[in-house]
Amino acid sequence: MSARKQGETPADEGGSGTKPPRIKISKSSDAGDAKNVSKRLKDMEICVPIVCGTIAFYLGRKASESQSHKWTVYVRGATNEDLGVVIKKVVFQLHPSFNNPTRVVESPPFELSECGWGEFEIAVTLFFHSDVCDKQLDLFHHLKLYPEDESGPQTTKKPVVVESYNEIVFPDPSEIFFARVQNHPAVVVPRLPAGFNLPNPAPIENMAERERGDTKDHPLSQWFLNFSEADELLKLAAARQQVQAHIVKLRRQLSVMDGLPQFSKPTAGYEFT
Amino acid sequence: MDAKDILGLPKNTLHIPQEKKSRAQKDAQRKRDGISREVYALTGGLAPIMPAIDTSELKKRPPSDEKITWQWLPFANSGRKDNLQLYHWVRVVNGIPPTGDYSFAKYNKSVEIVKYTDEDYEKYLNEPSWTKEETDQLFDLCERFDLRFVVIADRFPSTRTVEELKERYYRASRAILAAREPMPRESSGNPLAKDPYNVSQETERKRALSMVLSQTKQQERKDAEVLAEAKKITESRRDERVPEKSELPVTLNAVPGATERAVVPGDSVPSVSNVQPPTPAAAPSTLVADNASTLASLRMLPVYLRTYALEQMVQAASSSAGLRTIKRVEQTLQDLSVNLKPRVPTKSVCAEHLELRKEILTLLNLQKQLQNKEAEGSSFREGPYNEAPGTPKDRSFIPDSMSSGGERSGKRDQKRKATGRLSEAPSPPAQTKRPRKQKGSDL
Repeated sequence: MSARKQGETPADEGGSGTKPPRIKISKSSDAGDAKNVSKRLKDMEICVPIVCGTIAFYLGRKASESQSHKWTVYVRGATNEDLGVVIKKVVFQLHPSFNNPTRVVESPPFELSECGWGEFEIAVTLFFHSDVCDKQLDLFHHLKLYPEDESGPQTTKKPVVVESYNEIVFPDPSEIFFARVQNHPAVVVPRLPAGFNLPNPAPIENMAERERGDTKDHPLSQWFLNFSEADELLKLAAARQQVQAHIVKLRRQLSVMDGLPQFSKPTAGYEFT
Repeated sequence: MDAKDILGLPKNTLHIPQEKKSRAQKDAQRKRDGISREVYALTGGLAPIMPAIDTSELKKRPPSDEKITWQWLPFANSGRKDNLQLYHWVRVVNGIPPTGDYSFAKYNKSVEIVKYTDEDYEKYLNEPSWTKEETDQLFDLCERFDLRFVVIADRFPSTRTVEELKERYYRASRAILAAREPMPRESSGNPLAKDPYNVSQETERKRALSMVLSQTKQQERKDAEVLAEAKKITESRRDERVPEKSELPVTLNAVPGATERAVVPGDSVPSVSNVQPPTPAAAPSTLVADNASTLASLRMLPVYLRTYALEQMVQAASSSAGLRTIKRVEQTLQDLSVNLKPRVPTKSVCAEHLELRKEILTLLNLQKQLQNKEAEGSSFREGPYNEAPGTPKDRSFIPDSMSSGGERSGKRDQKRKATGRLSEAPSPPAQTKRPRKQKGSDL
């Protein structure tokens, strides 16, 4: 699946047409930190909607052979809320031809800007706070610099944007984690059953000191894509309706063939039971 | 049922006389002229009914030292007890007639009938419904007609049914055998003792058989209808159970806060129960199982991405389908202009996406079933029934995904694409052809 083949305008390329980020759950660090052992909330999941993306500007007249584009890779909250509440740091693994290709971003917003001329796959590793999860999570994002042929020549005005939506899911979260993020806008948290008591939220590490980690007024925010769940659901519902209608139709034909080999007395009744 | 079934031959082995075999294989490799491939396939490599003798065999001269004559000679049949002298033509080689028993004598089997004495009768065989005379007659006839009970019943002086005669004979034989065997063990090997004759079962069997055989066409049709209806009901019941189960893990897993935002998995339940596949080879149940196990294994992870979960579920759901079917599902998704991977993979979007894929699988299965049925129908049935199922053209839904190529379907596809695909697929002719008023009255 080459980048050239995706026949959509770059702006349209959020997650669907593009190569979806591959994921790998790394099993490196061993669990069992005694201090992290907290009661787990069974059969619940905390979910963090995120968007991983790149925005690349063509440098135009300023472009040199080795630095034709300025690009930014980032992990943001889907609603541009501060992800620092869950994510401790993000490591971007760049192409080995970059200086210090392993870049660590320790605080939100988790983003990194570079200049270059080539497209490549960026490995993005998310590390979580210790009460959240000891395991890191790998995403892969393809850096795209050059627009599709159809969308015209490169301009310095309009960047090439590729974003993909995803959700980080924490099954059976710890109570501490739950209590801490319960009311945080970046996190989707299930409602607790009635009469459930949680320990008091304890702000951890230096979270309070942090300045704004959200990306609401981000200088690039005008280029951020919209990910509408409702649109997606509507589309799916319409598709399902079509398929179901066809299934019903086929069923009817089949039952006609099945039940009435002589085709004399159609008992239409059972088709509607 | 073909010739092989009748002959009781295994289906796939070549049963060709040795001298024929090499030629037949050569034939198979070579393109046969005159015979169409279909016709040849019907024979399945089976030997022709007429005995085939290689022509070279006929031309072969017998060895010169053999002088063969055919002579009209008397022969003894050890199967006969009456010393009747019969003659037949035999092949005599060098003047020496063949020795040994008559080759058909071995087929003259006779049954060994248990004998009893008066004393035995008094001891073991007394039964109020049978006199000794009758029993004696029965055993005589059994011996004479080799247990051909229909004949025996015909010759039997008093009117007794075949079943009564059989019961009497077998029960008496068993009693005698049991009395004579000192060890009960040894007699258990005897079929007479092992499988006692069951009158009531036998009468019931014959009654049922005669009922089936005496059924009229109309009754048969009615039965078929009832059975079809029963099948429908069991299916719909099973389908109702299936979505319940399949929803269970999802709802367990559901994030109440998150599901508020949009379609709750529960919303899809009623529609699903209407549309779950009927037969497709236990597909729904395996889907559920896969789903559950996938969910379980996901829960073992401390953290995962929603897209990863979806991939796993899709994989599990299509694990029972072949590669081609999976391709077709994806093609169908594209025809419906649905992304293969959701653009906004939230929990409910993923759930819906998965359901859509399952429904498409169901649809493809149904299409296949219908095609099979149609093929069956057109080859076995004639008359008005042929008109009933729609022509494939009318029914084809997503054309590229269902037609497996071929010129006609290709043309059809183009036309369909031009006119705007599935949205305006015509309604099934089977439905339109059926008189509307019957539908109403039957409801």
